[in-house]
Amino acid sequence: MNPVNYLYLAALLFTIGAIGVLIRRNAIIVFMCIELMLNACNLTFVAFSRMHGNLDGQIIAFFTMVVAAAEVVVGLAIIVSLFRTRHSASVDDASLMKL
Amino acid sequence: MNTENLIALLVAAPLLGAAVLLCGGRALDRVGHLLGTLLAAVSFVIAVVLFSDLVGKSPHDRTLTQHLFSWVPVEGFQADVSFQLDQLSMTFVLLITGVGTLIHMYSIGYMEHDERRRRFFGYLNLFLAAMLLLVLADNYLLLYVGWEGVGLASYLLIGFWQHKPSAATAAKKAFLVNRVGDMGLSIAIMIMFSTFGTFAFKPVFDSVGDTSQGKLTAIGLTLLLAACGKSAQVPLQSWLGDAMEGPTPVSALIHAATMVTAGVYLIVRSGVIFNGAPDAQLATAVVGAVTLMFGAIVGCAKDDIKKALAGSTMSQIGYMVLAAGLGPVGYVFAIMHLVTHGFFKAGLFLGAGSVMHGMNDEVDMRRYGALRKYMPITFATFTLAYLAIIGFPGLSGFFSKDKIIEAAFAKGGTEGWILGITAVVGAAVTAFYMTRIMLMTFFGEKRWVPDEQGNEPHPHEAPSSMTIPMLVLAVGSVFAGGIFSLGDRFLKWLEPVTGHTEGHSPISTGAITGATVACMLIGMGVAWVMYGRRDVPALAPRGSLLTRAARRDLLQDDFNHVVLVRGGEHLTRSLVYVDHTLVDGVVNGTAASVGGLSGRLRKLQNGYVRSYAVSMFGGAAVIIAATLLMRAV
Repeated sequence: MNPVNYLYLAALLFTIGAIGVLIRRNAIIVFMCIELMLNACNLTFVAFSRMHGNLDGQIIAFFTMVVAAAEVVVGLAIIVSLFRTRHSASVDDASLMKL
Repeated sequence: MNTENLIALLVAAPLLGAAVLLCGGRALDRVGHLLGTLLAAVSFVIAVVLFSDLVGKSPHDRTLTQHLFSWVPVEGFQADVSFQLDQLSMTFVLLITGVGTLIHMYSIGYMEHDERRRRFFGYLNLFLAAMLLLVLADNYLLLYVGWEGVGLASYLLIGFWQHKPSAATAAKKAFLVNRVGDMGLSIAIMIMFSTFGTFAFKPVFDSVGDTSQGKLTAIGLTLLLAACGKSAQVPLQSWLGDAMEGPTPVSALIHAATMVTAGVYLIVRSGVIFNGAPDAQLATAVVGAVTLMFGAIVGCAKDDIKKALAGSTMSQIGYMVLAAGLGPVGYVFAIMHLVTHGFFKAGLFLGAGSVMHGMNDEVDMRRYGALRKYMPITFATFTLAYLAIIGFPGLSGFFSKDKIIEAAFAKGGTEGWILGITAVVGAAVTAFYMTRIMLMTFFGEKRWVPDEQGNEPHPHEAPSSMTIPMLVLAVGSVFAGGIFSLGDRFLKWLEPVTGHTEGHSPISTGAITGATVACMLIGMGVAWVMYGRRDVPALAPRGSLLTRAARRDLLQDDFNHVVLVRGGEHLTRSLVYVDHTLVDGVVNGTAASVGGLSGRLRKLQNGYVRSYAVSMFGGAAVIIAATLLMRAV
């Protein structure tokens, strides 16, 4: 199978993730979309690694997974404390940081 | 011992006196005046020694120089403190130290009751030192030091009675007006340095021949401005009348005999430059002619005896500047008139001081009258000086003024006629105002009134410390002119320095002399009809338009006020306006637009995390698009 198709799939996944981040209000969904974008990137790394016969992309994909895992820990903690204080998971309710 | 080494002592003696008297404190109060007078006399004795030395040499070898030290030794800029004593300097040195010593002596009596007498003598010594430095310098920069020094001494002495607001103001006025002239001198020195690369007299004068006339005219005109400031010539004449607020010996020494003639010295000393710049020369002659009429007219209307004499000083210096503006024909006569004027004008001022001394410091001549019976010596000396200044045949003023009038006619052409006739008419006006002063002061009825404290004046002859200098000056007023003219002595003495060409006037010398004497007699006659035959009213009559203008110094202060003070105010106001609108507008406008812009930009920060995300995505998209575009190109 042509490895370029993986790139198209990755672009599609990234676009879905980006649109989700931009239009959804629910913090959990936004968070999932971010994960989707990260994994789309992982997919491109692996695809390019395969295309170029170079293992660097696969190594970076592992790094990305570690960062994503750490991010999930911090992100979920924020979402939980946000929900506890506001009884809402909407990102638009957390808009106090402005002039 | 070499006589050259004495030159520095001339300056050092009064300078030492000034330092000791001004720093010495009250301990010197009892001997201060004697010390000051003694040091002035020491200077005079040294001057006489140097003079006898110069006379012993051949006429073209009569220049002594002394290099004291290098002031600013820099490559390409050599400023030295060195002196040059030639016939011209010698003449001035004798006049300054001689008249200076006499006036020191006179001040002992005149300032007897002033508790700040020591300080007064310190200032007088400071003046002598600065004036001697001015005439002895061998370069323009050192001359400038002396020039500023006499300005300072003049300021301090005019404002000596600083508790009087009028004196303090007069001192400030003199200082400010003099600054304008000083500016001229400093610019002249700068032009000289940029043109010749030096400001020492000899190299400057030697290289004048290779210099363009435009440069010489510029130097000449700026030097003329300097002379106008120091010598109270139109248009910088307004300070001299007010300077009479100072003690009378100061008026006699500084504002009649010596300092105000520094401008004439400057022009004659720079004669070589003026010879190469006919335009500057003509300007000088015109300034002189205008001032000689101006001062004379002012002198006619003043009732204050010292201010009338100040007008006369202005007018007589006008004669000198006129003569100096005539070039080599007139230089010698300018200096000759300067010296004779030094004698008779100092004598007149000392006489006026003696009258004031006896009249409770009254200066209004309408409150004098009949003083000849009470002050015989003052009357006699004043009369001799009076006859000398109006040019009575045989006395000093006759010889020197007559020569200037002849030289003015000898300029030839229309200019010669205009200048000459002005000088002759000036002689008539001089006779008028001087006769007026004589008649109002010494003749007629008593018009004395008690002063503010109710003290009736008791006119009495001054003490001998005051009368002796007056007598000496009177002798000088009578004989100096004759001695100078006998066998053209003065001419032969100065010629090697200033150069001289004989003038040829279109009308005969005898006719000019006759006309001058006739004019003088007419002036005296008119004054006698107006002030001798009639009683002098105690209050000044309203007078004609010209009289009223002349009482206000021919509106010179009004002119200065309207043109310079008001003009300056308008200028500053418009500058402030420009500053407020334009400069501040740009600054404030920048600040306001930055503020406004940031106010708009602030709205972008709305706290919604999704809108930040949009801008992030947008920015990333723009960067990527730009990168791809660049790569495609």
